[in-house]
Amino acid sequence: MKETPVTARSFGVLCLLPLLIFSLAFLALPLVRLVLSSSEGADGWSVYIRMLQTPRYLAALLQTLLVSGAVTVAALAVSTTAGLFLTRNRFWGRSALLSILTLPLAFPGVVVGFMIILLGGRQGLVNQITPGHVVIAYSTFGLFLGYLYFSIPRVLLTVMAAAEKIDPALEEAARSLGAPAYRVLWDVLLPALRPAMVAAGAIAFATAMGAFGTAFTLATDIDVLPMVIYTEFTLSANFAMASALSIALGVVTWGVLLIARSLSGGTVAAGG
Amino acid sequence: MMRLPKLLSMLVTLLACAFLLVPTLQSVLAGITANYFRGISSGLTLKWVIEVWTLYADSIFLSIWLAITCLAVTLILGVPAAYALARNPGRLSRVLEEFISLPLAIPGLALALALLQLYGSQQGFRAHWSFILVGHVLYTLPFMVRAVQAVLAAIDLKTLEEGAASLGAGPARRFVDIVVPNALPGILAGSLTVVTLSIGEFNLTWMLHTPLLKTLPVGLADSYASMRLEIASAYTLVFFVMIVPLLMAMQWASARAQRILS
Repeated sequence: MKETPVTARSFGVLCLLPLLIFSLAFLALPLVRLVLSSSEGADGWSVYIRMLQTPRYLAALLQTLLVSGAVTVAALAVSTTAGLFLTRNRFWGRSALLSILTLPLAFPGVVVGFMIILLGGRQGLVNQITPGHVVIAYSTFGLFLGYLYFSIPRVLLTVMAAAEKIDPALEEAARSLGAPAYRVLWDVLLPALRPAMVAAGAIAFATAMGAFGTAFTLATDIDVLPMVIYTEFTLSANFAMASALSIALGVVTWGVLLIARSLSGGTVAAGG
Repeated sequence: MMRLPKLLSMLVTLLACAFLLVPTLQSVLAGITANYFRGISSGLTLKWVIEVWTLYADSIFLSIWLAITCLAVTLILGVPAAYALARNPGRLSRVLEEFISLPLAIPGLALALALLQLYGSQQGFRAHWSFILVGHVLYTLPFMVRAVQAVLAAIDLKTLEEGAASLGAGPARRFVDIVVPNALPGILAGSLTVVTLSIGEFNLTWMLHTPLLKTLPVGLADSYASMRLEIASAYTLVFFVMIVPLLMAMQWASARAQRILS
């Protein structure tokens, strides 16, 4: 006996139903609430105009964009170099190096912040081995190091996955035609890695823009957007502005990932 | 002799490793050193780890409990949904998939504010551990759905199911006997990802937690702000002991699922 398509279809709906209910109640409705909340302050919907006219918010936005941009460039440079080195060389201890480089994937932002304190804080390594009093952890540079710490593994994994798929024959052909190493890198390897680098760069940028845990530990005196949102919400109880700022932040990170995905063709997600 | 570019890239690789590894070793060492300021010569001790246990055992147990319940919920919500999405690959499925993946693109802080403003006034829910659970499920669910869906998309589900249907198996029976066993590598990889991420989740949890409900990472933030370096380090050491095996298992399971796909 062959079953009717209706039973198969209704079973499919049944399979989706729990997820649909959960997403509606805890994702769709809260996001609608967030958008409405942003308009419920004294300014109404013009809260977004005021956001763009308030120097403190603009400065925070600029600072966040700059740090995230710098981290993206640095993480791409370091991880692409390391990724190419690890895919093209087989040696004793290679898998140990790879494990070390992917270790921070499971570290929450607060732990990353603590790692930077251990390196550059008051009792930190840098302060112990250099003459004079050198504390870098709580500066913008410390924040940059923290973001770099959690970006390196994410970028590395994406770049390595792409690097392993490059046909070695391409490189050999270029070399046999007399191309020097830098030309092989520039004309063969980097173009092949470009989609992966766009995707990984977008992930690094979006993650850095929204990073809260690391900023919470390190940026007590630095105005990055997540910290501004946090203080607006908890200390100033300015719910409308906190909502408007988090919507702006969410739109930027979501937009960056969307653009990167249309450029690279793969799936791109941040997180962490 | 090694050529210069190779030498340079090796140097960058080793420096990056040192940058990531040195502070973790410092933290392990500081957690078992009697007095970190005086150094190893002050002797090794477990007293900081024991103190962490007396101070923060509750938060460790809460995190384990949340990870287990989060896994249960993501399995119940995610596995059937992944099956339905893999079976009906259309525009609507794509939109839904995009939508549940939003928590990967929007910062946790923004999601937490959204949840707080909708449900924050319902005290019974707000002060219950299930409020934090909702945040964890939101964040981990896309990982479960994607892991299962990827495996299901790679096998010939339709032929398998038609075979079973011709033998008289109904849709529910086929789901249990055909779909779940075939999806197991994806379910395993997804499960380990969910547990690892749930135990480490901070961005949402910090906003959703109450003083009586502190998770492990919330406790960590607390100890970084208010405890001496040795206790903060010992607590981080406890976290490493939990998370590093999970991370390695997760990477092993994901690589295994990947091999099945290709």
